[in-house]
Amino acid sequence: MSRIAARFAALKQQDRGALIPFIEAWDPDPATSMALLRGLPAAGADLIEIGCAFTDPMADGPTIQAAGKRALAAGVTLSRTLAMVRDFRREDDATPIILMGYLNPILSYGPERFCVDAATAGVDGLIVVDLPSEEADLLAPHASAQDIDIIRLVAPTTDAQRLPKVLEGSSGFVYYVSITGITGTRSATADELAAAIPRVRAATSLPIAIGFGVRSPEQAAQAVRVADAAVVASVLIETLAASLDASGRAEPDTVRRVLDQVRALAEGVRGARLERAA
Amino acid sequence: MNQPLTSHGAPHGANSLRSGPDGRGRFGDYGGRFVAETLMPLILQVEAAYHAAKADPTFQTELDAYLKDYVGRPSPLWFAERLTREFGGPRIYLKRDELNHTGSHKINNCMGQILLARRMGRTRIIAETGAGQHGVATATVCALFGLPCTVYMGATDVERQKPNVFRMKLLGAEIKPVVSGAGTLKDAMNEAMRDWVANVSDTYYLIGTVAGPHPYPAMVRDFQSIIGTEARAQMLEAEGRLPNVAVAAIGGGSNAMGLFHPFLDDAGVRLIGVEAAGRGLDTHEHAASLSRGRPGVLHGNNTYLLQDEEGQIQEAHSISAGLDYPGIGPEHSWLHDIGRVEYVAATDDEALGAFQLLTRTEGIIPALEPAHALAHIAKIAPGMAADQIVLMNLCGRGDKDIFSVAEHLGVKL
Repeated sequence: MSRIAARFAALKQQDRGALIPFIEAWDPDPATSMALLRGLPAAGADLIEIGCAFTDPMADGPTIQAAGKRALAAGVTLSRTLAMVRDFRREDDATPIILMGYLNPILSYGPERFCVDAATAGVDGLIVVDLPSEEADLLAPHASAQDIDIIRLVAPTTDAQRLPKVLEGSSGFVYYVSITGITGTRSATADELAAAIPRVRAATSLPIAIGFGVRSPEQAAQAVRVADAAVVASVLIETLAASLDASGRAEPDTVRRVLDQVRALAEGVRGARLERAA
Repeated sequence: MNQPLTSHGAPHGANSLRSGPDGRGRFGDYGGRFVAETLMPLILQVEAAYHAAKADPTFQTELDAYLKDYVGRPSPLWFAERLTREFGGPRIYLKRDELNHTGSHKINNCMGQILLARRMGRTRIIAETGAGQHGVATATVCALFGLPCTVYMGATDVERQKPNVFRMKLLGAEIKPVVSGAGTLKDAMNEAMRDWVANVSDTYYLIGTVAGPHPYPAMVRDFQSIIGTEARAQMLEAEGRLPNVAVAAIGGGSNAMGLFHPFLDDAGVRLIGVEAAGRGLDTHEHAASLSRGRPGVLHGNNTYLLQDEEGQIQEAHSISAGLDYPGIGPEHSWLHDIGRVEYVAATDDEALGAFQLLTRTEGIIPALEPAHALAHIAKIAPGMAADQIVLMNLCGRGDKDIFSVAEHLGVKL
């Protein structure tokens, strides 16, 4: 069983949802980023999403754009991101790692070689924002040959007719983009999620994660009440960015501040279904 | 869906170079639909709506009427006699698309797409712009139909294209300067896509060049093909034969695609696209995606891009804001690979020289974009015979550029 499937199965046993925090690799520097990654499982991360910087992140708002810019300035590359995962795996063989990014750096690396190297490093899943199901054949065969899950995005604009096509060939979990918009700009309401998630649920047996606009422990709790996981990204990057000094360097408390916030989000997620049971 | 997309009349045969793209929006390996899932259903809607519009004769009739009475088509074909003498070689003809309303070829495409947006019931228009010519053309058709218009423009371009920024504002458009990246066309396109993804229900994204996700490259080409269709007929009328060479400047490549497409199956017509070599192809300051780039995916399509070895996109440079783009339309990438079109480059300085030459010899101030095309003609004309014919797309007028040209020439206005 893949790490992703094993983790969701274990969480199901415990009747709780998953928290999936997002960090951008090498933001703001490799050491801080690595310390964050190492600290995430103990802070309550059930799965971890690592952002791979791209010069033209079309689906991202200003917060993640800035994170990518800092990471690129620090010298991040795909191979350096894979090296981070490899280092992480020396200590943690259970927490699933999902890379999220854009297609062109992967094409440049070579899709087949990238999937081989990613699997060797210990990557479990890939989210490629600008690779819709129509174009997935560029990457999907190489990923599945290495047992790497291709995690598909489903959006509010994905209608009933299109949904099966999008889900075909997806594995790991389904990422529901809860708003029409870019990352970190607004949040879906509880009603919107309550209306949307059952529609996706009816079309797949895969776990469903909600992302884009999940910012507070309450919103994370809300997300795992209707779905299986909450992805939290921009708010963590905002905390990281706010902790940097005037020249953009990490301060001694940068890692602690981000991990504290992850702990608070994890509490929200872990309390969510207990409330429901009570 | 595997219908050939053609500009006018019947589909072309299987051996035609004009039958692309295929059902996946590909020209050979290039093109496609590389967008986030949120946008995918919208792209498919645009494709279906365009498909239906093309099959509807009333759409073409409506478009033709606007092109004639509002845009001022057909644009003339001008025999540039003094320029011809200056070069002492082939007969030079200029396709005068700078005489269109708004001063460039961009309006051809805007007119088509605004009619499509109206058919689709869209009530808000967004666009990206580099030099501002597409922004002005979009703001113009939005004013004509009373639709709100938001134009994304790189902050650098806002600075160097002030006259066009003011024109757009006069036309009622909202200008959003984009500060990310180098603040040029690429960044404006990113920001327009971000706007679209956030406003999917009412907004139509009016892309200005033959790039972006399918169906835009094919659709924009179709709307621009009127340039080549007219020029081909006018040339036959003026000279009784086709030109030996047709030349156009290339940024994203819409004026060139519009000129070339109707000539693609005329094997005797040599087609030359001129990219911006900026400060030189061997510097890192140019916009020559085909000459110095390699294939990759950006802005929804697979095409030649300026990128580093990690697949990160590099900033382009050109004196001409309209050519300052690190990619190129996917059909050009394909035509490059199969060798049907030759792609060359002209530097900032060569374009500045051509800009002044045309102004002095023909009394026509060209935009800096077509000045690149003329700069290449200046290189090849001396080697050509007097009975040969060169056709150049004069795709825009240079009023917008006089301030930056003055600056480059060290003249204080």
